[in-house]
Amino acid sequence: MALKRKSKQFKWHRKHLLGLRELSAEEITYILDTAEGFQQISTRSVKKAPPLRGRVVVNLFFEDSTRTRNSFALAASRLSADVIEFTKKASSVSKGETLLDTAKNLEAMGIDIVVVRHNAGGASRFLSRSINACVINAGDGFCEHPTQALLDVYTIRKLKGTLKGLKIAIVGDIAHSRVARSDMWAMTKLGAEVIFVGPPTLMPGQVEQLPVTVSYSLDEVIEKVDVINMLRIQFERLGGNPFPSVREYSHYFGLTVERMKKAKPDILVMHPGPINRGLEMESEVADGSNSVILEQVKNGLAVRMAVLFLVNQAAAQKG
Amino acid sequence: MSSELLIRNGRVIDPANGVDEKCDVLIVNGLISDVGKIDKRAEAVIDAAGKLVTPGLIDIHVHFREPGDEEEETIASGSAAAVAAGFTSVVCMPNTNPPIESETDVEYIHRKGRKTRKTHVYTMGAITKQREGTELAEMGFMAEAGAVGFTDDGNGVQDPAVMLRALKYAAMFDVVIAQHCQDNGFAGDGVMNAGYCSTILGLPGIDKLAEESMLWRDIQLIKKTHVRYHAQHISTAGSVELIRAAKKDSLPITCEVTPHHLLLTEDCCAEYDTNYKVNPPLRTSKDIEALKQAIAEGLVDALATDHGPHLQSEKELEFLTAPFGIACLECALGLYVKALLEPGILDWPGLIELMTAKPAKIIGVDKGTLGKGKQGDVTIIDPVAEYTVDASKFHSKSRNCPYNGWQLKSRVEKTIVGGEIRFSADGT
Repeated sequence: MALKRKSKQFKWHRKHLLGLRELSAEEITYILDTAEGFQQISTRSVKKAPPLRGRVVVNLFFEDSTRTRNSFALAASRLSADVIEFTKKASSVSKGETLLDTAKNLEAMGIDIVVVRHNAGGASRFLSRSINACVINAGDGFCEHPTQALLDVYTIRKLKGTLKGLKIAIVGDIAHSRVARSDMWAMTKLGAEVIFVGPPTLMPGQVEQLPVTVSYSLDEVIEKVDVINMLRIQFERLGGNPFPSVREYSHYFGLTVERMKKAKPDILVMHPGPINRGLEMESEVADGSNSVILEQVKNGLAVRMAVLFLVNQAAAQKG
Repeated sequence: MSSELLIRNGRVIDPANGVDEKCDVLIVNGLISDVGKIDKRAEAVIDAAGKLVTPGLIDIHVHFREPGDEEEETIASGSAAAVAAGFTSVVCMPNTNPPIESETDVEYIHRKGRKTRKTHVYTMGAITKQREGTELAEMGFMAEAGAVGFTDDGNGVQDPAVMLRALKYAAMFDVVIAQHCQDNGFAGDGVMNAGYCSTILGLPGIDKLAEESMLWRDIQLIKKTHVRYHAQHISTAGSVELIRAAKKDSLPITCEVTPHHLLLTEDCCAEYDTNYKVNPPLRTSKDIEALKQAIAEGLVDALATDHGPHLQSEKELEFLTAPFGIACLECALGLYVKALLEPGILDWPGLIELMTAKPAKIIGVDKGTLGKGKQGDVTIIDPVAEYTVDASKFHSKSRNCPYNGWQLKSRVEKTIVGGEIRFSADGT
């Protein structure tokens, strides 16, 4: 396959994609370059390529997901893999079939790649140690969501040319966000400056040790940034009462039409979806000219094709 | 019929009596008869040249899981592990299923212990019924049956009024109230230390304040009641500060430290290995330094393992759902040597004191010394033997040991309980 690659010497060797923390800038760039090559498949009349023919991909989802699950399923089928869907509510108790048993049973059926989403941080890392198949993390607790961050930086790179020197705000519930963590790793490794914005009650512990700056004022940050990524308030993960009311939260951290007036004219507005319209951002902003939310979804497909392609290739080379 | 056992030529270390010299120990009819140069024939003689001869080691914090979770450990398997590790007395925690909360329950533990004929098995009773932290359990009856203290271990008593009531009530009996200091409001659903690591790993954390705030609260309650209080497995530098201040005020407070809080940090959780999931959680190197400093200053009263056996299948779960606990009874001595002796924080008499006389005093039993007429509980240690921890060879039923594969120094040669050799490293 004739892929356009900037880093020709580089050779991808990972059979799992568990997180972006352990990846180098070079590896991340390599995934993005590979994704560029896959982007054009979606524009053909026959939207399929053969590299995963005969391979079986399992979507093993223990948490609700529409976008990520469908995106992976479509990406796998575009690469000609067979796809099995496996959805199950994770049990919080230690009884019932364990994650390990579930995965081993699937592996016994001869699967090649497991795409796993789970409510426990580290679930994908745990699986990668215990089974032979390739493991791709599709979100684990509030640890990482690497393909989401890859599609975010892919989108930014495509529209801004580079991440070097860009200022990027990530706004909302940072503490419980795997997207914020993966974005932080990917964006800072590629040379951007990341600002976490939100109330102190939604900042993770020891945030000062992370490679970011922190602000409690969206009004101060909005004027300075080239990209703003609005996180979804995840009511299902919020413990206790980290802010007094949705109304007060929106007042300080909602992306409103009014606030957008202070932003740079070419600011990119991003959101990992699904949007709580009127809460994190007003509909006019979500659908406005600076919004690249649907572009992100489109690029997610190419990025996930690249990831499936690369881990499969690494596994094949390892024998 | 009298029986005699003479242990010759060892380095006898008996901190309670200020003994540290090369001499002999004679046990007659299960009791210590003499310590010194003994020129006498005996029925049985052990040559302990080059070895340490100490009072039988005491671990005041173990979980033997019986009744209720016998697949993880039993009093029989736990006791076999204990003597293999040189412990002649252990104190079981009452968070069994059902919990130890009555005279009958206490007697059940004792009976199982006697039947096993390995180590002396003591138990603490629960402070509150069902360890729910609301109504007091029958502390009086349990104390009369031989419970050596009370704790809701696994839980701290959350309600300050209930804790105050427990301390006040306990004043009637000469018992110790032990606490697993953890405010559940702060701890939430945490599974490891709250900090940089938990943030990076995306796991909910247990803030140090969970431990320190309850310890602080309890110290205020002891000021009011002056009842003997024991802080179990303290794990933070802040707890050390609180203990230091309370001891300066001459409050009746003691504390213990586990091997894992001296040797392992939160960084060990980086690969989500559930063998490092323990409560209180592994903290930071700064906390380890503070705990070691506390031991050097004599602020710590006991070394205790918090031996927490679990099935492999339970530990083969996501870090979020796997149970808390480290099984480490069988390598405890080597771990303390590594943590405290090798860096020069303690010498042998200092280390042995924290494993014998001092813990005995906390639980109020007449043990942990080689005084004349005391029970013939003796441990013989080879201080230079090196070995590799092999969890698969444990007498314990469980293998959840993060030290598997570690190289440790000093090994238990023989464990003598009431004058009987209950364990020999060479199988004799």
